[in-house]
Amino acid sequence: MMRRQVPLLICFVAGIVMLSQNFIPPLTWIYQQALEWARIISAIALFIGLISLVRVHTMKLKRKAPNYRYSYVTLFALCYMIIAGFLTKYGVFVKLHAGCDPGSAGEWIVTALEKALNFQEIFLNVQIPIQATMFSLLAFYIASAAFRAFKARTFEATLLLIAAMIVMLGRVPLGQMIPGVKEITVWILDVPNTAAKRGIMIGVGLGMASTSLKIMLGIERTYLGMKD
Amino acid sequence: MKFLFFLLQMDRRIVFVLVALAVVAPLIMPLNLPIVVGDKVRRLYDAIDQLPPRSRPVLVSVDYDPSTVPELQPMTLAVLRHCFSKEVPVIVTTMFPTGAGLARDAMETVAKEYPNLSYGTDYAYMGYKPGYSLVILGIGENFQATYPSDGYGTPSSKLPILKNVKNYDDIAIMVDFTASAAYEVWIMFAHQKYGCKVGAGVTAVMASDAYPYLNSGQLEGLLGGLSGAAEYEKLIGAPGTATIGMDAQSIAHILIIVLIILGNVAYFATRRHREPAQTATPQQGGSA
Repeated sequence: MMRRQVPLLICFVAGIVMLSQNFIPPLTWIYQQALEWARIISAIALFIGLISLVRVHTMKLKRKAPNYRYSYVTLFALCYMIIAGFLTKYGVFVKLHAGCDPGSAGEWIVTALEKALNFQEIFLNVQIPIQATMFSLLAFYIASAAFRAFKARTFEATLLLIAAMIVMLGRVPLGQMIPGVKEITVWILDVPNTAAKRGIMIGVGLGMASTSLKIMLGIERTYLGMKD
Repeated sequence: MKFLFFLLQMDRRIVFVLVALAVVAPLIMPLNLPIVVGDKVRRLYDAIDQLPPRSRPVLVSVDYDPSTVPELQPMTLAVLRHCFSKEVPVIVTTMFPTGAGLARDAMETVAKEYPNLSYGTDYAYMGYKPGYSLVILGIGENFQATYPSDGYGTPSSKLPILKNVKNYDDIAIMVDFTASAAYEVWIMFAHQKYGCKVGAGVTAVMASDAYPYLNSGQLEGLLGGLSGAAEYEKLIGAPGTATIGMDAQSIAHILIIVLIILGNVAYFATRRHREPAQTATPQQGGSA
């Protein structure tokens, strides 16, 4: 009983108060307070996410789950970046450099460590190339998929195909050299595209409003892990 | 007919090689195709260009991760260069944890080109703050409470650029660069709730989603994909990686269009010659 009623009551009261503060200026302090709380909670959520990540991968390693070796990479990268981040942020290497004689072996070691544990350099030279490469591969798969699957089998598919080809042409300099292509592209994006998007957005907006009301009134309870 | 059947059964690796050639060849031998500036890009350019030197700062939010760097980093750099060249103060932030390094890199890259401008007075990097929409709302209530220190750990109270920044009223315009729906959150809260002008730079596939906001006036201007970045580079007179990339993108787009046309010609021309079962589900077995 308590497990169900108390969260529903908190949700209802919080919803009503946050809704009313939009219309009752003296209640604005509640909104400001709620913002502070929510920011603190989201920072804690980040920490909980970190704990969860470590737990999931530790369990995988313990159970020797399929592809468990990748968990070593994840945990190693996590620890490495945390250490690199802290050492860089708190200027540890600057302090170590100050304590070393110029040209000494100690200074050489500190310089080598500084380069190996430079947070920003690791990010720029490891993470960016890896993620950008993964994303760039899409160009190859899209080209292959378009060649194989994009067929004018129905009227709707033909319409989509023609519109897509015009927009693809109209978005690049070579296509814009063809008279009229740029203008048709702008029209497609400004008129039919915008009309369709507006319809979708209004629908989504109404859906969000009704779902919010259902949550506040306790009709929608799936967030509590229950169906009714 | 043989050629058409060959096209239908063409190994996808041939397509991969053609795409690679279409992308690499123009980078080695640039075509220098003319860039035509569109209305949406010009609107954002004008909104920033009309700001006087030492005006209220421009807030730039780098809300993307490294996967979309080739498309979004050139437009971030172009907008930062525009602000720096006009001596318009810039505050750089990010709502993405992986955007922190990119935001810092973009700001430091452009800052090196303008040694006359100083950190803390003309530009500042506020780093990453968790909370996303809460941070956007928080800026509207109290900027310095939301960002007690900058991305390097310096207290915000010690940064002259933030001295007069209390909330969105003190921001001339905010520009969000993103590969997600982050710009919609900025529109919903920063623009609708607090009246801040919002501009956006998004990936090409997302640009069409932003058009309704442009037509309604909720977005000041829009940079869509690499072409948007190239157009902005042209406006500021500083061609960069986006301008170079447009040649490659042109050829790649033409190649994909040619491939689609060839695929359709081959499919329809050989339809009668193929078995009924194959006609019903052509090429379904092959992966992309």
